[in-house]
Amino acid sequence: MERILFYLLSIIILIFAISAVSSRKMLRSVIYLLFVLCAIAGLYFMADYNFLAAVQLTVYAGGIVVLMIFSVMLVHHIDMEMEVAGKTKQALTAALCLSGVVVFLIAIYQHPFAIVPTQNTITVAEVGTLLLGYQAGGFILPFEVISVLLLAVMIGGIVIAKAGKKPQEKTPKS
Amino acid sequence: MITDISLYEVLTVTTLLFFIGVYGFITRKNLISMLISVELILNASVLNFVFFNQYLYPEMLQGAIFSIFIIAVAAAETALAVAIIINLYRKISSVEVADVENMKY
Amino acid sequence: MDISHTLLIPLIPLLIFLVLGVFYNKIKPIVSGYVGVLGMLVSFGLSVYTAYQYFLVNGQIDGVYQSISQKTVWMRFTDTLHIDMGVLIDPISVMMLVVVSTISLMVQIYSRGYMKGDSGYTKFFAYLSLFTFSMFGLVLATNLFQIYIFWELVGVSSFLLIGYYYTKPSAVAAAKKAFIVTRFADFGFLIGILIIGYYTGTYDFETLNQPDGAAILSWTSGSFMGLSILTWALILIFIGGAGKSAMFPLHIWLPDAMEGPTPVSALIHAATMVVAGVFLVARLFPMYYFVENGFALQVVAYVGAFSALFAAVIAVTQTDIKRVLAFSTMSQLGYMMLALGVSGYEGHEGVGYTASMFHLFTHAMFKALLFLGAGSVIHAVHSNYLKDMGGLRKFMPLTNITFLVAALAISGVPPLAGFWSKDEILVAAFEQNKLIYLVGVLVAGLTAFYIFRIYFGIFWGKETQYKHPPQESPASMTIPLVILAFLSIVVGFIPFSEFISADKTGFEGHLNYPLAAIATAVGLIGIGLAFVFYKKENDLSDRFVHAFGQFYTWTFHKFYFDELYLFITKKILFKNVSYPIAYFDKKYVDGSMEGIGNKTVWLSEKIKKIQSGRLQDYAFAFVSGVVVLALIFVYFLKN
Repeated sequence: MERILFYLLSIIILIFAISAVSSRKMLRSVIYLLFVLCAIAGLYFMADYNFLAAVQLTVYAGGIVVLMIFSVMLVHHIDMEMEVAGKTKQALTAALCLSGVVVFLIAIYQHPFAIVPTQNTITVAEVGTLLLGYQAGGFILPFEVISVLLLAVMIGGIVIAKAGKKPQEKTPKS
Repeated sequence: MITDISLYEVLTVTTLLFFIGVYGFITRKNLISMLISVELILNASVLNFVFFNQYLYPEMLQGAIFSIFIIAVAAAETALAVAIIINLYRKISSVEVADVENMKY
Repeated sequence: MDISHTLLIPLIPLLIFLVLGVFYNKIKPIVSGYVGVLGMLVSFGLSVYTAYQYFLVNGQIDGVYQSISQKTVWMRFTDTLHIDMGVLIDPISVMMLVVVSTISLMVQIYSRGYMKGDSGYTKFFAYLSLFTFSMFGLVLATNLFQIYIFWELVGVSSFLLIGYYYTKPSAVAAAKKAFIVTRFADFGFLIGILIIGYYTGTYDFETLNQPDGAAILSWTSGSFMGLSILTWALILIFIGGAGKSAMFPLHIWLPDAMEGPTPVSALIHAATMVVAGVFLVARLFPMYYFVENGFALQVVAYVGAFSALFAAVIAVTQTDIKRVLAFSTMSQLGYMMLALGVSGYEGHEGVGYTASMFHLFTHAMFKALLFLGAGSVIHAVHSNYLKDMGGLRKFMPLTNITFLVAALAISGVPPLAGFWSKDEILVAAFEQNKLIYLVGVLVAGLTAFYIFRIYFGIFWGKETQYKHPPQESPASMTIPLVILAFLSIVVGFIPFSEFISADKTGFEGHLNYPLAAIATAVGLIGIGLAFVFYKKENDLSDRFVHAFGQFYTWTFHKFYFDELYLFITKKILFKNVSYPIAYFDKKYVDGSMEGIGNKTVWLSEKIKKIQSGRLQDYAFAFVSGVVVLALIFVYFLKN
């Protein structure tokens, strides 16, 4: 049963990922990305990382994808066709990626992983304790750094998006 | 771990996802599409983190924590990228990579 | 004796040079003039204080003037051979300090009037300060290399000041000529220094100059073409000195150097820089005297005597008053060299050395006065040529009197300064070498003649009609004239022989009455002739010129030396040596360099396209690299 579910999710992920990077319509690729992200969340659920799956759904599917749809709406017409690279370049890149996949997979399959066969369900409380822990192995400092980063990004985003407006506002006054 | 599924199968999926992202990043000529490809690459690595944690060190949580951090950073990066794209569009009415080539000077 | 304050004497002009140079555009001209003069005043005060302390208070131990030095090792080669930086105080350096600071001060005061309204006023004072600094450094140098450094620095400042009117092509050419000729001579100087460093193992003056020291005794150690190596070194050093002091045949730059502003001619090309050559020989006098029984000193004596006569003859025919004075300077420098050349070492034997330094001292005063007086005249009539002057005594009484004083002083009329020093030179020459003595007497007569020729030509002679009646110069110009005139009268009474002598012990100087009478008589005859020829406008001089005919033409053209040099350099050197070398340099040396450059440009044009600026191209390269690296690590570096 889980095997079937895993393959199903994997196929969804790969097919929609390929669609996302090859679709010529902007909005469609974002929607395909949304499916990929949801399927990945499904994988997290299967691995008993419920908290992570929830984060994936809220932040990625709920936040980032919406943000992208917004930007697509702002800068594109919905039915606009996108340009892609020339055929030679596509072929070259495809060859490169394929060889990369081959090399990586060979490397992976040659490596004997020491798998620990225990099932471990992670609770939110555990994650939260570790994330805010200041004892050895706690993640309070990276957590704070990430919060500062997010603040900086918020300010930076506002400044960058506003920057072009200033001269336009001034001209009518004078 | 997921019953009946070996780590090799999971890693195969993430590797493929990763290279699909790379392919998109190189071939797409639009900034937003490139952003989508970057998200794919990031998700592939997040999956790797999670499943390595799950299969190899199930009693630890580091992989999960790092995944959360990566998601946070990805969100930040997307927000900034969108801001830049909008600003750029306002300036040159285009988000094609070829049109911002003169940024190299 | 504490001499640390002497270090300030050169440093103050350096500071002024830096200040004026850095704030060139910010300083008002009037301020820069005052800054220059005030700084010089401080240096002058310190110099006089040093001289007082040294000569009269505590420079002597047991009747011998001590060499006092303060120095730090700058570059060390071996234990004995090192280049130092520092100050050396001994009789001649203290005497030179007084000369340089006095003349510099006078010239700076004078320049405030002379250069008024010039666009490069601040620059002029900055250059003057640079020159004064370099000259002080030269005078105080403790070793050959330090003197060489400052030697070149005075050369540079002289170059800058000759070419001060850089919009005038003749001034630029003159500056270039002076620099090249002296540089050429300095090449000999440098080789001489290196030889001395190699054979004696030291550059230090105090070590070199010990009469029975190892340095001097080492002259027997090597010989070259029949002469000791050290003699060759000393002759090469003398070539350097001859270049600076305009000795024959390296004199050609000095007349042209008169293109510079007149105060510069007074300071550099009459009183201070040109005597550097004399000073150099005097500085190494024990070496010159003791190495190979003074062979190099003989060379100095004959070159000096010939230059003195040669220049005096040319000076008689020139019509540009500054050039007359330039040749006069050259002639008097020859006199000093001659005196050094005939000097002995101990006690009264060393009268030539004393006389040379004495003449250097007095000559600086009255020659500076002559130049400044000439500058005053030029300032008034705006011409350098005798034909534009005449009858100026009515317009410029003060200049007239001071010029007369200087002319009498240089002619050797008692009791003015020139008489005493010239008499001592002739005494020294008489005792050593009768031929040189005769030359000296002849030159004394010629000197009196040509100097009074221009004196009468300027202030008496024909009554020229001036468009604008000439006016007496402003006070800033006449005050230095009066001070220098006063000095020209009194400095002869300084008992020089007690202060400065070859062996530093001092001796009782006394007048040799028969010789003094002869010299004075010859001088008076010269003056008398000039009086007859030029006091009133008449054709006597023209008839004389016709009598001499061809010889006059030759002399007027300075015996065609400039033309000869031009022929040698242009026709022979440039054509046969320089042009092929230049061709080789352009074609092959430059060519190969340019080839490399062109190829680089070509290659970069080719590889420029890789840097497309497109992020995706870079990503492609990056991922390819990753894949290749993974391949290597997976297959080839597994273990």
